[in-house]
Amino acid sequence: MTGAFDPRSIAEKAPRPERHVGLVVVGAGPAGVAAAVAAARRGAEVLLVDEHPVDLELMAMDVPLYFGQRMQPAVRNRALMLERVVEANPTLAEAYEAGVDVQLGTAVWGAFVDGPTSRALAGPVLGLADDRRSWLVGYDRLIVAAGARDVALGFPGWERAGSMGASGAFTLLTRYRALGARRLLVLGSGPLALGTAALALQHGIDVVGVVEVADTVRGDASAVAALSGRGVPIYTSHTLRQARGTVGEVESVELVQVDARLAPIAGSEREVACDTICLAIGLAPSIELLHQVGAELAFDPTRGGWVPRLDDLMQTSAPSVFAAGDCAGVHDAMLADPGIARSQGRAAGIAAAESLRAHPVPFVPRRPEPGDGASCYAYWDAWLQSLIQAGGWHVNVCQCEEVTRQELIEVRPPRYLAWSSPQMAVRNLGTLAQDGPVNQDQIKRLTRAGMGPCQSRRCREQVALLLARASGTPIERIPLPSFRPPLRPLPLGVLWPQDEPPAMREQWVSWFGIPTQFSPHWEAGMAVAEPTAQAPLILSDE
Amino acid sequence: MSATGASVVIVGGGVTGLSAGWWLARSGVDVLVLDKGIVGWEASGRNGGGATHVYSPFGLEEQRLWPQMDELLGYPTEHQPTRIGIALSEAQLALARRWAEIGEARGFRWELLDRRQLRELVPLAGDNAIGGTFLHFGGHANPQRTVQAYAWALQDHGGRILQHTTVTGLTMRGGRVAAVETTRGSFGADTVIVAAGPQTGLFADMLGVWLPLAPARVEMIATEPLPLLRHGGVAGNGLYGRQTLRGNLVYGGGPHEWINVPDMATPDHPNTPLVRNLARRLAELLPGAAHLRVIRSWAGIVENTPDGLPVIERLAAPDNVIIATMSSVGFGLSPAVGKALCELVLHGRCLFADLSALALSRFANTPPDWRERAGWIAADASIAGTAFGVPR
Repeated sequence: MTGAFDPRSIAEKAPRPERHVGLVVVGAGPAGVAAAVAAARRGAEVLLVDEHPVDLELMAMDVPLYFGQRMQPAVRNRALMLERVVEANPTLAEAYEAGVDVQLGTAVWGAFVDGPTSRALAGPVLGLADDRRSWLVGYDRLIVAAGARDVALGFPGWERAGSMGASGAFTLLTRYRALGARRLLVLGSGPLALGTAALALQHGIDVVGVVEVADTVRGDASAVAALSGRGVPIYTSHTLRQARGTVGEVESVELVQVDARLAPIAGSEREVACDTICLAIGLAPSIELLHQVGAELAFDPTRGGWVPRLDDLMQTSAPSVFAAGDCAGVHDAMLADPGIARSQGRAAGIAAAESLRAHPVPFVPRRPEPGDGASCYAYWDAWLQSLIQAGGWHVNVCQCEEVTRQELIEVRPPRYLAWSSPQMAVRNLGTLAQDGPVNQDQIKRLTRAGMGPCQSRRCREQVALLLARASGTPIERIPLPSFRPPLRPLPLGVLWPQDEPPAMREQWVSWFGIPTQFSPHWEAGMAVAEPTAQAPLILSDE
Repeated sequence: MSATGASVVIVGGGVTGLSAGWWLARSGVDVLVLDKGIVGWEASGRNGGGATHVYSPFGLEEQRLWPQMDELLGYPTEHQPTRIGIALSEAQLALARRWAEIGEARGFRWELLDRRQLRELVPLAGDNAIGGTFLHFGGHANPQRTVQAYAWALQDHGGRILQHTTVTGLTMRGGRVAAVETTRGSFGADTVIVAAGPQTGLFADMLGVWLPLAPARVEMIATEPLPLLRHGGVAGNGLYGRQTLRGNLVYGGGPHEWINVPDMATPDHPNTPLVRNLARRLAELLPGAAHLRVIRSWAGIVENTPDGLPVIERLAAPDNVIIATMSSVGFGLSPAVGKALCELVLHGRCLFADLSALALSRFANTPPDWRERAGWIAADASIAGTAFGVPR
């Protein structure tokens, strides 16, 4: 018997993408633009999307970057910001010339591909959105050049406006020209930190110090000398004890010297006035989309942690999906030289365009290029250990849900439940670890760390580091926590579809629509009836 | 019984198996729960949290137990009483009334709400609502917290849980299951409860028992939090869900996707563009919340029997095996179903409810190709290719 189908199921309700393009490139940084241009010049139909300028409400949630409320009010002026974003990126002109369809202010919030348990799509689609609506675009090839985001670690007072990330600061300075910092303190001393300090000086911002937890500066000696020459104090073997301020803004920080064990040295405290603290200790590749398309990821602490496995053509293990730039693995050399990202983008663009014309080339993973050899996680962990020893355990690890380091490690139920019981009091990460390996998603569900509107952008690495330390698990053995759509928090009224297949509306039920499923057991009709599309629904809302 | 075995071995650490294990452990029975992953990790921990199933043979016990669960378990479940149904059309109002009247038939109170009363109780409701129902029964809880509460409480009573342990087979001896074989060794058992969700059918098959099950994938969305409503248990417009105690709106509904689960591996549960349609229905249900941002979505795999009703049965042969599938509606009923399973082990029958309607024998004549006949089969791109209103 053929032809029977369940009208309440997803069958025949697949959404129709608004548009289909040969190649979509996500991210208009150096890698993305190079990829788009290279592919377009080889005859590919290319759509290049970039979410900047981002609307103020998202910025205020630290999405997609850690902006730390240091945006100037001008960011409300979307038209002006659009002009600035275009001006700041002269390579976009090349893309226009090459015939690339460039859409700015457009975020990708989801990537949907068929798999063993999701077979109703006609082909891979991306969910796109601007500040008014969302839509779907089908594609043959996808290049993800989504960049990287700041790694944030907490300290007392880091909820205050003015605590932000280096890449948030860099973006506000160079793309929006709207960074509202006057006196900036930089945490970290690698190329990211020194570059941020130099850029800030160049824009007339007073850099009041560069703080490094290690006993030596990590970055280039000449860059340090240049900063020192402009009167920027360099504090090595120091950490931050707290950020102070009277009305929710950062007004000063307390620095403290640390010993060889990264513990604070009593009496060495120093108050430094500043309105902005720029966390410039590291970047994490933005792999959300790659994760969603099912690209194989590997943990490489020399390249920012979880990165896609790639072949020589910058292909991922997910069919038709390529990655380039910081999201494919970020290390110090890439910060110094955007040429690396550009050449990766160009390689991906050429390969994607060629594969559109011929048969796709099978994925043969290559050995990853080593980063600069040092583990960024070891460095982040050193910072975290110093911050814990200086600032304590009662510091929010998750700002959105207000979960402290202590509550995380003790696996406390959230404070709003006001729950206490003798049973709960003896449960903690240690007892949980006796039942199985530490899993960040499980801890997230129990404590809510990472469950807030910023979608764990500010706490992922910090939570992983804390869990690794507290459970004695090597960091690479902490499973990658999930990323779920929408990858950008979108209002219901933006995410919703303006059109739906008629069957979607007509056949919508809350649960399966099986006639007997919710029928009272004391009524007749409990006898088995084979469900058919014609069977009357007892509890349907249609 | 082997050294590492238990009197009762439960295959599957979902909400049904955990609750059964907890009831058994608190009755002093030596119990071991085996799960291929983390307890409650699949549909048991990722559903809407509804606890309003008075139509079921377990319904009265569900209603009696939930308000006590925090105390009984010693861990929070976030259980909240009462439900409000919002109707945007006469058809939806009839459906909401039907739910209410089923409750009334079992002795529970409810009220019909006019538009004004509804708006007072649920200020986020819009002018599109024509009225609703207020149920002085039913409720909801937090599935993630509840499954962990069962697991911890089970351990507190001396029960054991082995996670990341996949059951690979059942060893028969003298017409009974003598041991459960796993990736971490063999576990002897006097009694085995199979409560393995979509894989329950695979185990029945191993025992030569016909249990027709069709697995499916379903989806939910969650918004950013907003201040707590007076009653978080608000649903309607084809959605199930609630406002959590944190304030997030968490809702699901709409089309399911029938899938195949061919082996013991955990199926993927991706989301699809359906999250947009869910967003639309939630904004229609609560227009005052249309500005809220969706911050997360997820999906889960559930299984259904042909009539959508549970199978809870102690098999005739092998007679030391109990099969338990809740047919996609297991979370809310779990306090009562776990108790029923415990009684099946201890007394050979459920003392508080008549489970005859849930017997496996009702599928004796269900044909092997029932899924194809019903159209409960996995979609594929060739079907989708003809989509958007083009009839097949």
